[in-house]
Amino acid sequence: MKKNLKYNAIWLAIAVLGWVLINVFEGVGIIDQFAENTLVLIGINIILATGLNLIIGFSGQFSLGHAGFMALGAYAAALVTQAIPTEGGFVLGTVIGMLLAGVVALIIGIPTLRLKGDYLAIATMGAAEIIRIILVNLKITNGPAGLYGLPQLANWSLVYILVVVTTIFTVNFIHSRNGRAILSVREDEIAAESMGINTTKFKVAAFVFGGMTAAIGGALHANYIQTIAPNDFGIMESINILIIVVMGGIGSMTGTFAAAALLGILDMVLQGFGALRMVLYSLALILIMIFRPKGLLGTWEFSVKRLFNRTKKKAKEGA
Amino acid sequence: MAVLLDVKDLTKNFGGLAAVSDVNMHLDDNELVALIGPNGAGKTTLFNLITGQTVPSAGSISLRTNNEGMQVLNGKKPYKIADMGLARTFQNIRLFKGLSVLDNVLISMTSKNKEGFISSLFRLPSFYKVEDRLRKEALDLLAIFHMEDMAETIASNMPYGAQRRLEIIRALATKPKILFLDEPAAGMNPEETAALTATIRQIQQEFGITVLLIEHDMSLVMNVAERIYVLQYGKLLAEGTPQEIQANQAVVDAYLGGGV
Repeated sequence: MKKNLKYNAIWLAIAVLGWVLINVFEGVGIIDQFAENTLVLIGINIILATGLNLIIGFSGQFSLGHAGFMALGAYAAALVTQAIPTEGGFVLGTVIGMLLAGVVALIIGIPTLRLKGDYLAIATMGAAEIIRIILVNLKITNGPAGLYGLPQLANWSLVYILVVVTTIFTVNFIHSRNGRAILSVREDEIAAESMGINTTKFKVAAFVFGGMTAAIGGALHANYIQTIAPNDFGIMESINILIIVVMGGIGSMTGTFAAAALLGILDMVLQGFGALRMVLYSLALILIMIFRPKGLLGTWEFSVKRLFNRTKKKAKEGA
Repeated sequence: MAVLLDVKDLTKNFGGLAAVSDVNMHLDDNELVALIGPNGAGKTTLFNLITGQTVPSAGSISLRTNNEGMQVLNGKKPYKIADMGLARTFQNIRLFKGLSVLDNVLISMTSKNKEGFISSLFRLPSFYKVEDRLRKEALDLLAIFHMEDMAETIASNMPYGAQRRLEIIRALATKPKILFLDEPAAGMNPEETAALTATIRQIQQEFGITVLLIEHDMSLVMNVAERIYVLQYGKLLAEGTPQEIQANQAVVDAYLGGGV
């Protein structure tokens, strides 16, 4: 019990330290406006990709519709903050977006999660397209032009806090009894069911959870970029999130962080290359896939507990 | 002894093929029963029917429960049936390969130790308390089968015999009333089979549960089984004690192809 408190305290300290460091760097001018912009986009990508990694890497269900849930969060937050342009409005909009995404994920998940592999990927992709087409055709969402002139309520501090909170919840969820049940579905569905695990329920739970976190990412996206259009949430956006998950290592949250950061920085550095940018970006992806086919970190996970035990062991050996 | 599981006129047709037809059988409390028969006789199909993986075409399966009397299992989902106290192993090992031995056992304990969706997000003190208790229970269970040292090993990295044993332990972790073992000795050498025989007896005595096993290894079957059912072409050919079965001409013919 006390030990757990210690590890949790260390994690909290790491999170606070990160916030302070970025603040200091900004104060001294190492992080300028452009770098901060990258930082925010990395943060939003982390929120999106951890949710997708929960679905793909931990419950083993291949989803290609993540951008659809992101769109729901973005539009909900955008519409509410247009009416109430305050922090409270943003919170309200995000919560509405999350609930909406949760309900839609439930409706999509129950029938489609019976499918497997490629079929599930196509079904979820179709579901995301349906969401996008609805957004194009509704009056309230301003059709294909989308919404613009949204209040900028999201800043890097808020993004940072939400990255920390969603990551804590996602990781807690994975390392709970429910999370273990989700893992068992990935490992062997028939065996899991024979051990008394309601596989449908846990698959849907992971899908809904992932969809809800995607809505948070979408809400931040809308209130940071300040303009959203249905085409921002097409298949390419789903694939962009998928690239982060696959590159970091399917089933590794640490990998998702690393890949989101690496791709964000790569994107920033390559801005100077103009038209060559996408060529170099693709080349980098191909090289990573050749040399690290299981992603940057495979299924490796950073753990304070393990680090602690190892240093303790070393100290003992040294003494 | 009272009847624990009652199977009546159970039938399963796959198209025109009757994989299992009109099978009647019963399992009593704390009994060790074997199910034998030539290849393709429908033994595994019968297991799948009882544990809910396959839906029966006709007939009924009922289980005695503690407070609701006999309950019909037909049409119930496999996880519900598992929850009611029927646990099984698989002919071709189906462990959670990428997870540790301990996690394999802990997963089986989730259905009896449910937690809310919300409470799994916030790590309340009760989370650690239950987690510690389950961990201890799992390690105790592994210790009974001398596998506590392997708790952190990834399941697929273990030798074949240990994987088979883990499958049995994982099934026991669900706290079953009846344990169904599908060819537990398949691919084992004589020493491993002998050790397994001892393990199966130990399970029946220490856990006080009923065991039904499918097996081709007659030394094991004749050694441990109190009663034997023989299946052939999906039909029940014979039923009786090991001595009776050994003396049954129809069974001998089924195995050796007599009567030509």
